[in-house]
Amino acid sequence: MAEAAQLKAIASQVRRDIVRMVHAVQSGHPGGSLGCTDFLTALYFHTMEYKTAPFSMDAVEEDVFFLSNGHISPLFYSVLARAGFFEVKELASFRKINSRLQGHPTTHEHLPGVRVASGSLGQGMSVAIGAAVAKKMNNDQHLVYSLHGDGELQEGQIWEAVLFAAHNKVDNLIATIDVNGQQIDGPTSKVLSLDSLRAKFEAFNWTVMEMNGNDMDEVVAGLDKAKSLTGQGKPICILMKTEMGKGVDFMEGSHEWHGIAPSDEQLAKALAQLPETLGDY
Amino acid sequence: MKKYTYTEKKDTRSGFGAGLLEAGKRNPDVVALCADLIGSLKMQDFIKAFPDRFTQVGIAEANMMGIAAGMTIGGKIPFTGTFANFSTGRVYDQIRQSVAYSEKNVKIAASHAGLTLGEDGATHQILEDIGMMKMLPGMTVINPCDYNQTKAATIAAAEYKGPVYLRFGRPVVPVFTDADQKFEIGKAWMVNEGKDVSIFATGHLVWEAIKAGEMLAEMGIDAEIINIHTIKPLDEEAVLKSVVKTRCVVSAEEHNRLGGLGDSIAQLLIKNDPVPMEYVAVDDSFGESGTPEELMTKYGLDAAHIVKAVQAVMARK
Repeated sequence: MAEAAQLKAIASQVRRDIVRMVHAVQSGHPGGSLGCTDFLTALYFHTMEYKTAPFSMDAVEEDVFFLSNGHISPLFYSVLARAGFFEVKELASFRKINSRLQGHPTTHEHLPGVRVASGSLGQGMSVAIGAAVAKKMNNDQHLVYSLHGDGELQEGQIWEAVLFAAHNKVDNLIATIDVNGQQIDGPTSKVLSLDSLRAKFEAFNWTVMEMNGNDMDEVVAGLDKAKSLTGQGKPICILMKTEMGKGVDFMEGSHEWHGIAPSDEQLAKALAQLPETLGDY
Repeated sequence: MKKYTYTEKKDTRSGFGAGLLEAGKRNPDVVALCADLIGSLKMQDFIKAFPDRFTQVGIAEANMMGIAAGMTIGGKIPFTGTFANFSTGRVYDQIRQSVAYSEKNVKIAASHAGLTLGEDGATHQILEDIGMMKMLPGMTVINPCDYNQTKAATIAAAEYKGPVYLRFGRPVVPVFTDADQKFEIGKAWMVNEGKDVSIFATGHLVWEAIKAGEMLAEMGIDAEIINIHTIKPLDEEAVLKSVVKTRCVVSAEEHNRLGGLGDSIAQLLIKNDPVPMEYVAVDDSFGESGTPEELMTKYGLDAAHIVKAVQAVMARK
């Protein structure tokens, strides 16, 4: 379990990995990846209990995480590699031919750390619920975590899953929503408003928390608190406010960086803002 | 023509219910989910025997597919239960990404397939499901022909590791296969050896093919009838071996002519042994309300139409 200072150092390296990976293939999704970096770093280096080798698909007696908004794969891959699921140098193969690091995460190429394909939005909460129900059937006390984009909540399947989890008291599930207020075509408030998310989840009978997803201390404390709220008959939702592109000033706060890659010049500018702490791949 | 008789008629969905119960007894990891159709899917006996291994998801099929995929992580073998229409087209992307592409050990149990759903009409009579499912890489597609075969297929699906689409129907139909049969996925069943024409039939059309075989025998035509219960992977060896002898083919299925068993056979023949072939299938249309018998006659899926197809294809030899 890493200390806050260590977590911040890891997050800086992960952000470097993200911009370098996306730059190298001139494709991918840096905005949401950078916004959720503090969360996923804290989850894998502070909160979750898991084994990296041998990687077990069934994850018996382990915590598991599902990335539902699969397009932020650069973040997922960097964190998995830095956590030891596979060699860091493999990050160089991101989105290239014959790679295990597909554009969106997949089990198809057997990349350790990934347990379901994601990318087509709205499916990950159902899968996470299934894994959580299986854990209950197996008397496995470990927890299931999932991450979703806020725009992703426009998918109807999410609300089928939200309804199910509350009705069935899936209280070993912590679903985090990345509330960055942005989606491909612009602010979510303009595309299809999601406001009153707290009221929506509470109306569905979930326990709802809010936290700033770009303050490492708050993320660590928030995840600790969420863990303490499990096992009380309700699924947990964390509404996590983040800034898209966080950590790279010219990417921050705009949907423009949802799915485009930086140029050589922009890469240099970005890397200058992100200290290398663990060694680049 | 080998003689086939039956003493009772039963629905194939009840064969699924019996098979699910047996699979549940054999393996504690077998679990079931249903989208508000427990009675239609005949899941009551499983639920009674294993209440803690059943999950009611409500009318939310997309969520059901995702939950089933998630339950495999932890070693469960989930059977999802709803009508064939809501098991496929409604949830195609969920099956594609969370089940097939993710290589999850989910068994999609699909009842009320095809026209024989009857009076509810075309909204519920899916005739495209085999095509959709067989196009998914890694998906096994099974369409058994009677109660006993459906029960055996369900047990075999539970024992097989990988995603399976198991298609069965609503009406009662003759029970003519062995009660204690061993079901081998991907292995065709020789119903009747013959030399003049190969009839490859699946699902409810197998009994119709047997009736057609008897009518053809009276006309002096010796039909080979093969039950293709597993549409994918196709028993290519059985098909090609039969065609070497008969030199003409009729396929018979309760499905659209496009994308079903017939197309799988035609594709195999084109590459290996092109011979004349006729389809007995729905001619690229939706169904409608009516009794199963009326619909099967109107849409050309009965023994009489198989006989006609045989005569047509033999004339082309």
